[in-house]
Order: sequence, then C-alpha cells, then structure tokens
Amino acid sequence: MTSPLRRIGLRVIALGYLIVILVAPLALVFYRTFEDGIGPAWDALSTPETVNAFKLTLIITAIAVPLNTIFGIACGLAIVRRRFRGKGVVNALVDLPLALSPVVVGLSLFLLYGLDGWFGWLGDHGIQILFSLPAMVIATIFVSLPFVAREVVPTLREIGDEQEQAARTLGANSRQTFWRITLPAIRWAVIYGVVLTTARCLGEYGAVAVVSGRLQGETETATLRVEERYESFDLAGAYAISIVLALIAVLVLVAMTAIKPKEEAA
Amino acid sequence: MSTVDVASRPVRSVKLQSERASTALSLGLVTTYLTLIVGLPIAALVFESLNGGWAGFWEAVSSPEAVGALKLTLWTSIAVALLNAVLGTVTAWVLVRDSFRGKTLVNAIIDLPFALPTIVAGLTLLALYGPQSPVGINVAFTTTSIVLAMLFVTLPFVVRTVQPVLLELDQELEQAAKSLGASNWQTFRRVVFPNVLPGILSGVALAFAKAVGEFGSLVIITGNLPYKTQVSSVFIFSRIESGDRAGAAAVAVVLLAISFALLLSIGAIRHYATRHDRD
Repeated sequence: MTSPLRRIGLRVIALGYLIVILVAPLALVFYRTFEDGIGPAWDALSTPETVNAFKLTLIITAIAVPLNTIFGIACGLAIVRRRFRGKGVVNALVDLPLALSPVVVGLSLFLLYGLDGWFGWLGDHGIQILFSLPAMVIATIFVSLPFVAREVVPTLREIGDEQEQAARTLGANSRQTFWRITLPAIRWAVIYGVVLTTARCLGEYGAVAVVSGRLQGETETATLRVEERYESFDLAGAYAISIVLALIAVLVLVAMTAIKPKEEAA
Repeated sequence: MSTVDVASRPVRSVKLQSERASTALSLGLVTTYLTLIVGLPIAALVFESLNGGWAGFWEAVSSPEAVGALKLTLWTSIAVALLNAVLGTVTAWVLVRDSFRGKTLVNAIIDLPFALPTIVAGLTLLALYGPQSPVGINVAFTTTSIVLAMLFVTLPFVVRTVQPVLLELDQELEQAAKSLGASNWQTFRRVVFPNVLPGILSGVALAFAKAVGEFGSLVIITGNLPYKTQVSSVFIFSRIESGDRAGAAAVAVVLLAISFALLLSIGAIRHYATRHDRD
C-alpha cells in the first residue's frame, strides 16, 4: 500500500519523537540515579522526611481513590440512566478537572478555606483545613474526580439497560439490580478508572503545592519532596524519589495494558 | 429509553416510593459531592476575582506582567497544539498501520506522561536538556524548555483520540480511492483526513487545555523568569506566595474561562463527529 520508504520515514519520525521527548530523559535520570550503585539512592530514600512524604502521599491516595470511585459510579449512573434538571451542569463540572490548571484548583480551595474564605470560620472552631491533610485530600479529590465517571459512562451506554429491566421485571429491587447486574457489567471500566485515579492522585503536584503550606515532614508529599530536594541542590535525592514515582507509573502502565482489552471486551 | 424505563416500573406504590427515594438519595449525594468539591471552590474563586468590582478585575488582568504571562502561555500552547496535531497523528498512524518489533511496548509507553508525576517530567527534561546535559543541549530557562515540557505532558492526547478512529477506518475505502487513480497524498487528504479530523481536533483541544494549565513540569525547567519564561499558572502561583490574592484570582478566572470554552468545543466536536451514529 504505502511505499516502504514512506512507511519507514513515518516510523522514524514517530519513534524519534518519543525518544527525544520521553525515553531519553527518563533513561538518563535512571542512569544517574544508579551510577554509583544502589547505595546512594537507598540512602536518599530512607531519610525520615522522604519516608514521611511517601506515607503522606499514600494516605491521601487511600482516602481520595475510594471516595472518587463511589462518586464516579453513582455519577455515571446518574448521567446515563436518569433524567434530571441540571444534568448539563453536572456533566460540565465532572469534566472540568480534566481541563483546569491544578494551580487554579489549589487557589480556589485556598480562597474557600482561607481565613477570609466562606469556610474560614471552621478554623475558629479548631478545624484546620488549609495547610494540613484535609485541604490536600480535597485538592487531590478535585483533580482526580473525572476518571472513574468518564470510564463508566461509555460502558453504561454500551451495555444498555435491557438486563437491568429484565432483573426488575423478575422482582429484583434497585440494590439487587445494581450489585448483581450493573456492577459486574461495568467492573473492568471501574477498575480501569481506579487505576487512572490512583496514578493521578500519586502524581498530583500543583494543587497540593498551593494548599499544603509545605511543612517538611508534615505536609510534604512525595512530589513536593522532589521539588524541595532539587531546590536544596540534592539532585541525588530528587532523582531517587523520581525513580520510585516513575516505577509506580510503569506499574500503572502495566495495569492499564492488562485491563484495557478486558474493558473493551466486556 | 427513559419512557420505557418509567412504563416498566412495577406499579406497587410502596416499592415505587422506595425506588424514588433511593434515586433521589443517590442524585442528592452526587450533586452534594460535586458542589462541595468543585462547585463551591470555583464559586469562591470567581467571587474573589470580582471582589474589587469589574474595574479591579480588569486592572489585575491587564497588568503588564499578567498580560505577558498570558500571551506567553497562549502562543506556546498553540505551538504545542499544532506540533501535537502533526506528530500525534503520525504516531497514531505508525501504531495502527505499521508493524515492527516492540510495537506493543511503544504503544504502552504513550501513556507514560499521564502516569508520571509532572514534577518528575520537568526534572528528567532538565537532566537531558539542562545545564548539565551530557549531549550539550541546554535549553533550561528558555521558551524552548516550556514547549518541550508541554510536549511531554500532552503527548498521549492526540495519539489516543486518533488511534481508535484509524483502527475502525475501513481500509477498503483507501484501496478504492487508489484503484480509481488517487495518489497517496490525495487518498490521505480526501479519504483518511476527513475521517480522523474530529479525533485530531478533540485531541488537540485536550492537549491545548492541558498545556495552558500546565504547572508541575514547568516549575523546575523554566526558572520562572517574569516576562521571559513565566506562564500564567506559574504567575498565579507566585502571586499566591506573595499574598496578592486578587491578582492571582483574576488570572485564574481567565484560565477557568479558557477551560470551559475548550470543554464546550470538545463537546461540540464529539456531537458533530457522532451525528451519523444518532438517529
């Protein structure tokens, strides 16, 4: 069909582009991290501040992912199966985090929960939101909100509601229909969405940078720690944390590659 | 479909009532969650930006530094969107129509920029294209570094919107065009291109939105020099740090408006592209 020369030309452009933008920089950081063996990288990772940063990232992810999963399923069902006023607004707000700058997200929360903000009064009652865990969790939930819903919606559309209606006709109530019919049918879409959400939560930087206050060892996540190490001229430390985050990203890719065919087959 | 739904509901009123209650409950939870997480913060942002009235908003948005940052953001994002349109389409084409060893692996790493934290992206680009570059290329703290970082984080969008369209595109159409005497270029322009155009456009719009809002990968590599490498998101961040909330909020509202406009146009593109699928 296409001449071999043209085909190889296009292949060289595509692969060259990927190598220049993506593969070469990552390979170099990988090489730099382990240049002097695994020892220095391990030392950099085992400082208490870095360990704490990873713990905090995991805690935030462990709260945000389940909440967004439940929301994503409920929201997908509402968008596809229900008619209600304001559906357009719901649709727009769910998609917004995909297109909005994380810094704008952080600023919005900063303004809402700041001292003069609408929810500033919470601070007078001893409920600390800004510059502590709650604000970081809310920021992370905001940026990772769409992924489960966006995966579930097309799958729900595709499977239709005939099976659900059959179940209803046979006397199942809405809870039974959901657990026995709907959820099993969309399970791979949900799992795929959970993987995407997890990746987004672990990697969030901008929104959390604004609302965290960046207290070392207290409100510093793994991504914030990378920047802090870089600013303190500890490149080895920054690289070591980056490599761990990159390895997690690779795990995410493996999961995505394994799940996608199942989702499409379902 | 929903009329069928209503008609087939059991008529027993107790059951109907409890069903209605559970529907209302789940709808209520969805809207409450959305309002708390997304709606209220956005409202607070818009409110803050208009705190000093329309004049205050305009003054903050039209300050030379804010305008400079916004201009830089827009033209780098446009450049990135155009580069994505070409290189993303070529990459998608190669992944669908070409075959070579390791294609599965290449296909998988397309999503890496999505899974990789943006701050790590910036750090890795600085390692290869910064002051300590082993290949002697140093673009750190220049406009080129902005484009490079934006290209990194937007890489998956066009590839992933064009790829499924190319996969579904019937190759017989192209063969028919060829057998009727069309050249390679004519076949691409008249047969392939019109089919993949909606995919390219929605991918480009997503990439543009991501580029306009990008922050993490730019923090390290651009050095945050006002007028020179300070894009809007970085400008907003530095205004928050210096306590200028009105200035930060005003520019943030401009980015918010751009995001909404892009989402609307993506919706319109999808609507247009699927017009034949609907009855």
